[in-house]
Amino acid sequence: MIAMTDENIIEPVKVEPTKISTRPKSHERAPHSSMRIKRTLSHSLWIAHKDLLEFSRNRVMLVMLFVFPFFMMIMTGYIFPSGNNVKDMPVSIVNSDNYNGTGHAGPESQMLVSALYTVNNNTHFFKYKSVGTYNSAKEKITKGEQNAAIIISANFTDNIRSTKPGYVTVLYDQSNPTISAEITGILDQLMDQIGTQHAVLQINRTTNLTIVQTKAIVKPYSISNTGTIPGNPSYFQFLAPGMMMMVVMMGTMTGLPRAIAYEKDSGTLDGVLAAPTSRFSIILGKVMAQTVRAFIQGFVVLLLAVVLFGVTVHGSPILLVFMMFMGIYGFIGLGIMITSLASDEETASTIMMVLQFPMLFLSGVLFPIQQMPWYMQYVAKVMPLTYAAQAMRKVVVLGAGIGDIMSEIIILFVFGTILLGLSIPLFKRAMTR
Amino acid sequence: MENSSSTPMIQTFDLSKKFDDFVAVDKINLSVQAGEIYGFLGPNGAGKSTAIRMLTTLTMPTSGTATIDGYDIVKQSEEVREVVGLVSEKMIMYDRLTARENLRLFAKLYNVPKNEIEGRLDELLATVNMTKWADEKIEKFSTGMKQRINVIRALVSMPRVVFMDEPTLGLDPQSTADIRHLIQRLRDDQGITIILTTHIMNEADILCDRIGVIDRGKIVAEDTPSNLKAKIVEKGNTVINLELVNPPADADSKFKTVDGVISAAQTENLVKVIINKDDAYQTVVEAALKNGLKIHNASVAMPTLEDVFLHYTGRAMDAKLVEKPSSGRRGHGPHGMKPRGRIR
Repeated sequence: MIAMTDENIIEPVKVEPTKISTRPKSHERAPHSSMRIKRTLSHSLWIAHKDLLEFSRNRVMLVMLFVFPFFMMIMTGYIFPSGNNVKDMPVSIVNSDNYNGTGHAGPESQMLVSALYTVNNNTHFFKYKSVGTYNSAKEKITKGEQNAAIIISANFTDNIRSTKPGYVTVLYDQSNPTISAEITGILDQLMDQIGTQHAVLQINRTTNLTIVQTKAIVKPYSISNTGTIPGNPSYFQFLAPGMMMMVVMMGTMTGLPRAIAYEKDSGTLDGVLAAPTSRFSIILGKVMAQTVRAFIQGFVVLLLAVVLFGVTVHGSPILLVFMMFMGIYGFIGLGIMITSLASDEETASTIMMVLQFPMLFLSGVLFPIQQMPWYMQYVAKVMPLTYAAQAMRKVVVLGAGIGDIMSEIIILFVFGTILLGLSIPLFKRAMTR
Repeated sequence: MENSSSTPMIQTFDLSKKFDDFVAVDKINLSVQAGEIYGFLGPNGAGKSTAIRMLTTLTMPTSGTATIDGYDIVKQSEEVREVVGLVSEKMIMYDRLTARENLRLFAKLYNVPKNEIEGRLDELLATVNMTKWADEKIEKFSTGMKQRINVIRALVSMPRVVFMDEPTLGLDPQSTADIRHLIQRLRDDQGITIILTTHIMNEADILCDRIGVIDRGKIVAEDTPSNLKAKIVEKGNTVINLELVNPPADADSKFKTVDGVISAAQTENLVKVIINKDDAYQTVVEAALKNGLKIHNASVAMPTLEDVFLHYTGRAMDAKLVEKPSSGRRGHGPHGMKPRGRIR
């Protein structure tokens, strides 16, 4: 009530009597259909223009545009084990060989141990430590000091000398399955290699065949691995196309609900809805702005991948752009649907989290679908991101043509069309509650 | 259907809105003539904002309808939107855009012919003395400056009707005076019909030709401000202002049971009592003394719009909202959302 006395004292500012023009009597109404389409387009372009203008003036967002994909690449590129990052793993060697009952290690077991050391001097996979007994090796694994232990059996030399196999046990840490799988894999190969060498030398000694001939008998198949593209693609090469699609998906799925929920909360959406603008031009304008944004985001990932992480694009750039567009088309309906279902920004974010997390981990963006258990592979197969990422990977890594990714394109198109068909009426209804 | 002098600019027909089992607007029938300034007065959640949202086509009535300039808000919503301007309680502006960019966007959305846009923006910016700031971003503006842009934003389309929801809430006295002056000019110079909601009784008294007191979704009284005030006294009612010394917070409740008392409401030390009795003054003073209240001053007052409000709704206007300026212009009505945590 105090305010009232104040404002009675203050005279309203003297405004120069500019005559505000009066409304023309004949106001154009009920435009016909071509006019209507023109207006819808013009309105949506202005809404898109406004959104992008706001976006371009948001410095924090512009910085995040580069920072987010950069961190994603770094994180996903370096945290997952990728074979060649096994280095200096602490492994115990227990030589319990009891040669001829002397209580000492026999020559065969000593040879194996020295072979293990020799090979490791080149590869540096492991850091061996000689340990006295089986039990202390086990204890070291339990304590987490060692990752595995190689245990040479008591009658190792005796067995080999009497043409029986020498037994070796590999004890591994079950609390870390990924690392254990790597270590046991490498150890198996290593043992096989040393064993073969041993066999070749043995046979060579007793026959008059050459080393090469003996080798051909012991290991009759010689395998070499060659990809369809030159060079040896890194994990980033696998990661980058999926990451591109993921960023595009996240952009389209989250950008739209967030933009509309924000306008709803701040009250500006009311202003747009109260204007003679169709609901369709609002959603179209927003979609246009989000599409541009998603493209920018996708290209930022590509740029970072090529410049910083040495990724090479083998396929056609036009097809790459087209696939990004298909990715956006596939997800935009989902974005509109979330927008229509969520009444505020918080709800929208929650729904998006629920949808995005499984997509992120199950769509083969971070690791191949083939590595998942069979039931999870089925889950992966119903996710559109799986197809988008798969097609993009084929284009970027394998240089696939449009014919090679036609099935993915069709799946994304159908998925996108169905969702758009469902979501646009839903959106119109949500806007006129 | 084109408006003529005989058809009202706004007419509602049993206009109603229900949210689940809560009736926000209950069969409102009102008619507003072209060039009138009509005020909606009512406590929080009375249905003012919901009524405005229906009339601006932002939400659909659950039953009943209304016409604006002859157009039906349900069947001809696009035509309605062409003739209506909205000054919402939450400002309709994009902070990262300049004043001119904001206005231009809405001019485009309202289909203002391309060659007229810039001229009209200059004209509007000049009327609120904002020409100098036209190309500055909104985020740099003070609340008063923002509100001036917010008001002229509603005028870019040259509307016939402008709805203003709390146009002076949170403004400093100077800006408040400016906005009130602008509202009067819109009506006087252009004959724009204005529907206004406000918490400030004095504002409604100065600006409005007619006032509708709205409570629990219904219009409980409707007339010119002076008639509304006169009606209270006509009926043999007396308004008594009691200024008390350190009264308890529920001092007003002591009077509600007194014979002849119609209503009593307390704002800090002041208790307003409306009473219908010949010995009104004596009764109120005696009741105060009997309840151990210390009287600093007691006087018979000319009824104000607040008394009208108190009389019809049994409640004082929410004092906190009137006195607390600024601190964001968040909505307090249902705003077309489901009512969560209702007041009362």
